[in-house]
Order: sequence, then structure tokens, then C-alpha cells
Amino acid sequence: MKELMTGNEAIAHGVRLSRVQLVAAYPITPQTPIYEKLSQWESEGKLGGVMVRVESEHTAMATCIAASLTGVRVFTASSSQGIALMHEMLHFASGNRVPIVMGCVNRALAVPWAFGSDQTDTLAQRDTGWIQFYCEDNQEALDTVIQAFRVSETVCFPSMVIIDGFYTSHFMEPVEIPPQEAVDEFLPPLPMPNRFDFSVPAFLSNVVGPLDYFRFRQRSFSDMAHSMEVIKRVDEEFGRTFGRSYGVLEGVHLEDAEAVLITSGAITGTARVAVEELRGEGFRMGLLKIRLFRPFPAKEVCRLLEGKRKVGVIDRNISIGQGGIFCQELKAALYPMATRPLVQNYIAGLGGLDVPVELIKEVARDLMGRDREEGPIWMAEP
Amino acid sequence: MDGRTLKQREYEGLRPGHYACPGCGMAIAMRLVLKALGSPAVVVSIPGCNAIIGNTYPYSAFNVPAFHSAFEIAAPTAAGIARGLEIRGQGDIPVVAFAGDGGTFDIGLQSLSGAADRNENILYVCLDNEAYMNTGIQSSSATPPFAWTMTTPSGRTGRKKRIMEIILAHRIPYAATASIAFPEDLMRKVIRARNIKGMRFIYILTPCPTGWRTPEDATLRLSLLAVHCKVLPILEIVEGRIRLNMMPKNIPVSEYLKAQGRYRHLKEEEMEAIQREVDEDWNRLLKLTEESPKGQSLS
Ligand code: SF4
Repeated sequence: MKELMTGNEAIAHGVRLSRVQLVAAYPITPQTPIYEKLSQWESEGKLGGVMVRVESEHTAMATCIAASLTGVRVFTASSSQGIALMHEMLHFASGNRVPIVMGCVNRALAVPWAFGSDQTDTLAQRDTGWIQFYCEDNQEALDTVIQAFRVSETVCFPSMVIIDGFYTSHFMEPVEIPPQEAVDEFLPPLPMPNRFDFSVPAFLSNVVGPLDYFRFRQRSFSDMAHSMEVIKRVDEEFGRTFGRSYGVLEGVHLEDAEAVLITSGAITGTARVAVEELRGEGFRMGLLKIRLFRPFPAKEVCRLLEGKRKVGVIDRNISIGQGGIFCQELKAALYPMATRPLVQNYIAGLGGLDVPVELIKEVARDLMGRDREEGPIWMAEP
Repeated sequence: MDGRTLKQREYEGLRPGHYACPGCGMAIAMRLVLKALGSPAVVVSIPGCNAIIGNTYPYSAFNVPAFHSAFEIAAPTAAGIARGLEIRGQGDIPVVAFAGDGGTFDIGLQSLSGAADRNENILYVCLDNEAYMNTGIQSSSATPPFAWTMTTPSGRTGRKKRIMEIILAHRIPYAATASIAFPEDLMRKVIRARNIKGMRFIYILTPCPTGWRTPEDATLRLSLLAVHCKVLPILEIVEGRIRLNMMPKNIPVSEYLKAQGRYRHLKEEEMEAIQREVDEDWNRLLKLTEESPKGQSLS
């Protein structure tokens, strides 16, 4: 049975169903309703875990890391400035290989101050060693929280489950809540030991020499690469159990597409409509949704874009001095191809600016009429 | 009770082979704390001398599991571990956070306040060597007035932050100050704190030969002088009530200052200003103390 709920509520349901034992959180718009929902369930005895109401996001992540080391399942959520404040701790979490799951609700970074969706907050954390899932809608958000715990606890890396501020976090959609017993079977109790072993008193997370540092980093790199297979397997198994799976990428009409739009997050839903309309108008458009950003599915992207002539990447984020971040990553991934498609970057929707169907169609028309690349094109209005 | 007493001296929580400078007061303090705490326990260290004293990967000078956390999060790290142990049914295992003055007075003050406010079940031990010693002697808000450091080459102009007043304001179950010159008092306080649930804070002044510019064998004498010159009042605060544990001999503070190279440049008026401040603080403390001071006299 489906229930009408916001993306934030969907994430909260994912957390409850995952039987999280500790949540440390701090309020920030637009993430706050996750914190409130979990607090409400805690006070009603429906959460099963404890809430730690900390004094900053930095402490939220510090608390999660420390508790996770003892082998309990933990969760936190944040947005924008909160994620930026956590930055130091994000490296710390991944270096300590703790399987934390964090709900991230994209919001523009100051300044100027703004509250709408903008992926720069999470994309700025791309080098911290976290797995990153960008979710398109509320159902995917709930399902991805459960998947993320399973993945993180298998590969010992923390995960971000990311939704767009307001478009996803505050809009209601019908969402299927999976039965608890099925989730319990899919996600058994945390299989991690207490890292504080009283019979072998080690000094964890300690200072190392440069060669050990090098080797630890190398190990993290190869383990993260290996996690790609785990992420795919977990998603497939989730599909067999619950009837929904998402892949690390999703192609729409790629078979015969002459030009392909690349999207992530909530813009994907709008892009689906735009692509259908364009096809109705006789244009052979395709769509590629990138759900997994870290580890980046480079091989998979190359396979799906093999033989395509034109690719337009829509970025609701910006790296000042370079361009859209998904576009950068995509270009790097496509570099080994013998014949690379033309890749044009479009910046849209920063600060939560609406990206309507007509704007995406405008992007598509520009792409189709284009025979060379140029710097990022800023698309504010159709 | 586990029957642990001060007589049980065989156990050492800090092993030989630690990384402290010769004559380090902090290493003595850590040894006493861990000895009193016993095993099992969990140690949280943060960047600074206390973590370096614990040695580097793959070694550990600690006889119990330890975690090297980040600079500003000694308290929430310990709290997260304590919460996790509680969830696992091991909530009786004490978790101690070691932090220096930088990690307590400065960069970690916010997260310490948060943990105190939530009454987290941890023992927080502040090891105050009065500057950022591990980075090479830079001034902190715990550096006393006129003291030389690399970043206050002609003497610190600020005052020393009154950390115990900040702690007092949080009304936590237990707080105390201690000195390595009075190891039995120090260990008694650790044992007392160990048996209390909730947030506990112990402040220890730890002379640092390297940063204070003092001979290696002066550490204990300086610790003793700090108490008798009223620089370090020895007290306990239980649920906001202060009790003095010892009455100092009231030695002029100049004795303490003259023994330290970091005060070599001190002028007579500066010495007098320090004495005035020490006296003012002491009188204020006496007023705050509800019970009349009845600690043992320290002859
Ligand atoms: S610098 Fe000072 S506090 Fe640090 S280890 Fe050396 S003597 Fe101890």
C-alpha cells in the first residue's frame, strides 16, 4: 500500500525500517523535517534507536563516527552549510571505514544566502571517500537508504543518500513502505564488531608514516573501486525482494538516440517528460540518469554512450573556474573512448531555480543544433 | 564496586615507551589517571602532546583501547563511544577523553559545552600545559598573562580563560581540579569520577619543561608551587557546589614565576599584577565556596 509523503519523510521511513540504533542530528533547512520526524518517532517509542541532539553538524558527524566504531548502526542528515561544516569529519569517517549513512538534502551554499536545491554542497565532498547516491524521487530515496546501509556495511565506506531540497524533500508523492520483516531479512543487524577490542588494546586512527599513509590510501582506492560490484549486486537483490531497482545509471531511449541528455536528481523526472515530448515531435532524444556519483561509473557510462554523437550534461551545481561537476567527471570518464561524443555542459537550476520542461527542451534543441563544444552555457529561462 | 583502591598499584594504563619529553608533567598525569581508571576502559586522544605520548602506528603506549580523534571533538568522540557501548550493553566501561588546553579552552570548547549540556556519560580530562606545545609553543587562551610563547614573544597580553567557571556554569554531576604533586588526591578524584554516571570533568595543570623553559627535574616542584602559590586551587564541584580540598601555604607567586624561563623577561610590576590577579581569584573562590575550606593543610 502506498502512502503520500515528502522526500524527507521517505528518508526517515528508510532510517526507521533500517533499525538505526543512533541518530545524531542538528537542524538545518531543508533537512530539518527528517530530524523532526525521527524525534517524533523516538518520543512515541517507534524509532528503536536513540536520538542525540547535538550542538553542530560537526559534532553530529563526530558522534556518528565514534558510535559507529563500537559497531552500532548510525544515521545523520544535513544540508548545505551543515555539510560544509562537516567536511573535516567526512574524511575522518571514510578514513576510519565506518558505515555511516547520511541523508543529504541539497541546498545552495552561501553566499549569497539561498535555500533552494543546488548540488554543489554534496559534490564539494566528492574527494572525501564517501559513496554518493543522487535520488530522483521519494520512493527512490526511501529504498536507497536501505540499500545504502547494506552497501556501506559490506564495503566499510560511508554513504550519502542525496535528494534535492524542496523539489524532493518537501513535495509529496505516493511511496510504497516496504514491510519491516522483508527489510529485516534484506538488512540483517549490523555485522560489524566493536572496533575497541579489550583483549587487544590498539590505538586506532593513529599517526602513521608516509609509506603507511600511502598504502592506506591505496587500499581505500581499490576497495572503493571494488564497491561498484557490491552496489550493483545490492540493487539487484533489492529489486528481486521489493520489485524496485534503479541501477547505477539508467538509460531512457538510448538505443536509437542521436543526442543524449545527462541528468541527476530531481531534474531527471522533468527531463523524462521533456524527452518524451521531443520524441513526439520527431527528435531522437535519449536520457541518461546518473544515480551513483561515487564511485563514478566510468566504464558503464562509456558503454551506454558508445556510438552517440552528442551529449548534453545538465548540472545543478558549479565548480567556479571549471564548470558543471557532473560534466567534468563525465568528460574524464569518456576520454578513453576511441570516438568520443561532443559533450556540451548546461548550467541550470542553481539556488533552487526551477528547471521546467520547456527549459530542458531548449537545452535539447541547442544540443541538436550544435557542431562544436563551448564553455558551460547558462540556462535560466526557457 | 570492583574493590579497586589506591593500594592497587601494580596496574599501569600508560606503558613505558611513550613519547613524552623527559620531565613531562602531562605523561605523569595520564599515567595517574589511567592507573586509577583501570581496565577495561577506552581512551580518546586528540592531536597534541597527549596523542603523541600514546606513540604512533602500529604501537600504542596505552594498555586499553584508544582512539586518536580530531582536535575539536574530544568530548563528542568519547560521548559517541560511550553511547555505542551503552547500546551494546557495555555502558559500565568508562570512556576517558584526554585533551590539552588548546582542545579544551579553544577549539574544542563548543563541543565540550554540548557534551556537558547533554550530560554525556564520559570522563573528560583536561591536561593544561598552558600553550600549543605540540606545534612548538604557541599561545592559547590558557596561556597565562605575560608568559612567553613563540607567538607572544614579548609576553601574552590576554588573561587566562577561567575554564572551571565555564564548567561550573554547566552544572555537571562532577568536576574537579588536581595536581600531579598530589597523586593520591588526583587518583581519588578519578576513582570518584569513575563511579559517577554522566558528564565528569577533571582539570590537571601539567608543567611542560619544553614550553615553560624549565629543567626536566623541576616539574613536580613547580606543580607543588602552583598549588601553594594559589595558582591552582585544588577543588571539587559536585552538582554546582564547590568544595576546596586543600589550603595552600600562600607562597608569593613570584617563587613560581621565577622558576620558569618563560617568565624570564617579567618586570616587577608585571609580577605584582599577577599576584593581584591570583589573590582576587582566590578571594572570589572563597566567596563561591559554600562550606568553609576544611581541606588538610599541606605542610
Ligand atoms: S612538549 Fe611539554 S607537554 Fe608536550 S610532551 Fe614535551 S614536556 Fe610534555
